[in-house]
Amino acid sequence: MSKPVAVTEADFDQTVIKAKMPVLVDFWAAWCGPCRMVAPVVDELAEDYDGKVSFCKVNVDENPKVASKFGIMSIPTLIIFKNGKPVSNIVGFRPKDELKKSLDAALG
Amino acid sequence: MGGSKKKYDVVVIGGGPAGLSAGIYTSRARLSTLLIEKGMVGGQIVNAEQVENYPGFSEGISGFDLTQSMHRQATKFGMETLNADVIGIGVNGEQKVVKTAQGDFVARALIIAGGSERQKLDIPGEAEFTGKGVSYCATCDGAFFREKPVAVVGGGDAALTEALHLTRFASKVTVIHRRHELRATRILQEKALAEPKIELLWDTTVEEVAGGNFVDRITVSHVTGGEKAVIDIAGVFVSIGFKPNTDYLKSILTLDKTGAIVVDENMATVVPGIFAAGDIRSNSIRQVISAAGDGAIAAVSAGKYIGE
Repeated sequence: MSKPVAVTEADFDQTVIKAKMPVLVDFWAAWCGPCRMVAPVVDELAEDYDGKVSFCKVNVDENPKVASKFGIMSIPTLIIFKNGKPVSNIVGFRPKDELKKSLDAALG
Repeated sequence: MGGSKKKYDVVVIGGGPAGLSAGIYTSRARLSTLLIEKGMVGGQIVNAEQVENYPGFSEGISGFDLTQSMHRQATKFGMETLNADVIGIGVNGEQKVVKTAQGDFVARALIIAGGSERQKLDIPGEAEFTGKGVSYCATCDGAFFREKPVAVVGGGDAALTEALHLTRFASKVTVIHRRHELRATRILQEKALAEPKIELLWDTTVEEVAGGNFVDRITVSHVTGGEKAVIDIAGVFVSIGFKPNTDYLKSILTLDKTGAIVVDENMATVVPGIFAAGDIRSNSIRQVISAAGDGAIAAVSAGKYIGE
């Protein structure tokens, strides 16, 4: 069972930037309906890609500096990091199949 | 699949309040029902943090919670849900064929509740900067523009509501309207005009959105003289109306001049057995309650049609 981990400004570098595995970061907020729609899809992906990709969540209200550093201007935004660099940026709700394609492309 | 088409009594296209309500009624009436949604089940109202005018929720309810509950309710009565994009529909006598990327589905009756989407400006930079300063939802994205200047394009109720919402975050809100008067209701106009952070640019259109990684300026032009000006802005909120999602229906159904589906009081279209509900139908008032009402009417009409 692999579940997305909540990441804050304090441990973002350690958990995301310095990670050896690719990381998908879900930028979200409690007031954002589409974010709540994406959340269960991200949970499922965390299971499907267990051991290949790690999954993190950043609450943009509690961590505005991380959000602004990566230019988040609309949520949900999912960013896939590889070797500490953002390689894919997905804005808005997307069905699971489409997210899988983005993940596979980023992994490939 | 093997080329065989799956059959249902009713196929509902669109999973917003209209389609979900239709699904509750048809599945509860023991009609086998498939709901096809291309994106989020729940539709546009999912973006609403709080719905305050849906009866029965005196403390308000989020658009997400309201529509998830509707979906559970329909599923409980047996409705199935498919995530797919509808490519086209075909009418073969009494059979209606719904074509999707996931295969074709056959229905005895069809309820079209595909809603509408925000009208785009269709100007250079708009698509490129969507999510990077160009937004179609102030309630969703407003908080990312704290202490920054933003523009709202449009002059209707939605535009002014968004402008007023944005004053909570932005340093300045410039409302850009192509006419010399606002269409918005008087109370909203009074509020907007009294708000010191809001500035109105009349008779003005936006020509271009530009920037580096993010929007930093727009070019505007006066509708009469054509003189241009560049305004420094971090966000552009587009609120110039809605476009019904009916592109694939033009050749089959009668649409009004806005592209919405013409229906009678039973939500029946010109094709027997095809019904429409919610924002996608002509003269919709674009409310959750009217969408739900439309869905119920369309469902009952579909049931009668199938029974005949």
